[in-house]
Amino acid sequence: MKMTGAEAIIESLKNEEVDVVFGYPGGAVLTLYDALYKADFNHILTKHEQGAVHAADGYARATGKVGVVIATSGPGATNLVTGIATAYMDSIPLVAITGQVAVPLIGRDSFQEADIRGITTPITKHNYLVKKVEDLPGVLKEAFYIARTGRPGPVVVDIAKDVFVAPIDYQYPKEVKLRGYHPLYEGDLETIEKVFVELRLAHTPLIFVGGGVNLSDSSEALKILIEQTGFPVVSSLMGLGCISFDHPQFLGMVGMHGNYAANMATTECDLMLGIGVRFDDRVTGLLSEFAPKAKIIHFDIDPAEINKNVLVHLRVLGDMKWSIPALSERVREVSGDLKEQVQAWTEKVRFWQREKPLTYKQDTDFVMPQAVIEKVSQLTQGDAVIVTDVGQHQMWVAQNYGFKNPRSFLTSGGLGTMGYGLPAAIGAQCGLPDRAVILFVGDGGFMMNCQELAMAADYNLPIKVLIINNQSLGMVAQWQRLFYGGRYSHTNLKGGHTDFVKLAEAMGVRGLRVTKSTELGVALEEALATPGPVVVDIWIPETMDVLPMVPSGARLDQMIFGGVDG
Amino acid sequence: MKHTLAVLVENKPGVLTHISGLISRRAFNIESIAAGYTEESDMTRITIVVEGDEIEQEQVVNQLSKLVDVIKISDLTAVESIQRELALIKVKASLSTRSDIINIVEIFRASIVDVSRETMVIELSGDAIKIDALCQVLQEDHGIIEIVRTGKVALSRGPIPAKAQ
Repeated sequence: MKMTGAEAIIESLKNEEVDVVFGYPGGAVLTLYDALYKADFNHILTKHEQGAVHAADGYARATGKVGVVIATSGPGATNLVTGIATAYMDSIPLVAITGQVAVPLIGRDSFQEADIRGITTPITKHNYLVKKVEDLPGVLKEAFYIARTGRPGPVVVDIAKDVFVAPIDYQYPKEVKLRGYHPLYEGDLETIEKVFVELRLAHTPLIFVGGGVNLSDSSEALKILIEQTGFPVVSSLMGLGCISFDHPQFLGMVGMHGNYAANMATTECDLMLGIGVRFDDRVTGLLSEFAPKAKIIHFDIDPAEINKNVLVHLRVLGDMKWSIPALSERVREVSGDLKEQVQAWTEKVRFWQREKPLTYKQDTDFVMPQAVIEKVSQLTQGDAVIVTDVGQHQMWVAQNYGFKNPRSFLTSGGLGTMGYGLPAAIGAQCGLPDRAVILFVGDGGFMMNCQELAMAADYNLPIKVLIINNQSLGMVAQWQRLFYGGRYSHTNLKGGHTDFVKLAEAMGVRGLRVTKSTELGVALEEALATPGPVVVDIWIPETMDVLPMVPSGARLDQMIFGGVDG
Repeated sequence: MKHTLAVLVENKPGVLTHISGLISRRAFNIESIAAGYTEESDMTRITIVVEGDEIEQEQVVNQLSKLVDVIKISDLTAVESIQRELALIKVKASLSTRSDIINIVEIFRASIVDVSRETMVIELSGDAIKIDALCQVLQEDHGIIEIVRTGKVALSRGPIPAKAQ
């Protein structure tokens, strides 16, 4: 079919079943935006390109589909960089389409020219620069295929301005031919047999789950395996939701702000099944002392994750949709024996849970952040899509919200991007219009992309924004309090003049404020019952610590429990 | 331990950037890297010499393999292989020193590819140690003006090509 390059992009998006794109127009993508206009394609206009890329990321995490973002050349493209890096670190499937200056102008420092391919090379799964219109359909087909298969990730397709207007006899390829890209699905059954032997020898085994389980949509299979083995389970930040918080075998989050039982079990286990995890430094603490007694078995789709951070005893390569059921098939007949095998261990783990559960100060006029999260958890029955920004509130949510479902916790785990939360929540709500989407955000991170609140109002997206306001850059202040002699260098925001309620109202969003614990329940109920977007500015004490905490470089069992405010 | 890797990649723009970017980002210890065309017009072959233990070597191979344009990586240290490097050496040469240089060149089975009133350019292919030895003699006795070396290239013995290994 004869058409222009820009129209070919729209056709390709339709072929990939893309139902919405996030973006921001500009000079180099004028022709593409003209084609979007004529095709009446569903496009969400953010207030900033960074908002668009985080929204596409939030959409992808919530729905499991590939998120698509469009930006113009130069500053448009460079404004995507933080969002692309965020998606890359958490293995989120994204396709970023950027305009580039016209082919004859490339390399001449032309107006709004930036080498976005060069810039994004270390933070993309793959990237392209399209200079010939006939390459366009094949490149887009590959881009979507690469973004979504194997270990997912962001792909940048940079397209020269003259390609958009160039004529093409369009045909979308049926398949991709990539000699150097063969995502792995099924692994080796002999390895499963070896894992089985190790399971039978273990006395204190532990299952450690991570974001890979959420990404591969294999939490159903995981539940079966967990219940067949009877082994206790811990989760990384990114794994939360892939097993329900109230599952009797679930101990909670492990790592720097993991709970006592999870960190102790990790330190004491003699066998660890790491499923879809990458042994990040925020999980392991002192690497040489991580799970020191354990043989580690690593399940992952990406061979490069094996032996990257911890040395493993066995590797199980392949899609978790293959490996988890394959192992459960093997253990099914000895399920009873395995449970008996870990009886004493289970009792020990339960003892740790009772010994030091997560607690916080009750009976206070102040609004405790944990109380906010518990209340929301209770009101939503753990069924909402929870989005966070980065910092103390993020850890409090991870510790205190009762996640029940996979893909229900969207957070920037790997890159730790402040400003991620608000646009990501908007993207999630676009993908799941009927679900409750609730954002917890700090007063620092909220200001980093607060312009997107206007967009939530413009599209009437009913996100609920709960600002956990301690008038401070809380996590950095916590480190200053604990490790820098309480010298609060540029983390105290007290005395700032921004009124978040007024700010919300100025953008067309309902604003509420909570300053006392007695006001909390009513305000949250009101916010949740309001049909459109709402901001609730919740004032919490200024100097609270996220606890327990494993100081950077310490062993997981060397947790700090006490704190300034307990 | 050094490993010599044959990395077969798509002959596309940006591939070398992807590879060199990855090497620097992951802080891999690379001793040399040499790229060139192959028997297939759409394929480039890069020979990389990596320094590191088995674990580091495995990471290099696994991370490079993740690049979409990397078709195949074959470890030539594990099989019998021929390894060569090419050097061009520009040495100070006057009328009176030329004959000594010619003697040295013959001993090393190198060849003289250019002569001027003040210089000679010597070409030598061989393993790195042999090139180092020639350079040392020339530097000490005559003085070297400049050197260019290709980095190591390698090919396995026997009928099986790297792409089929």
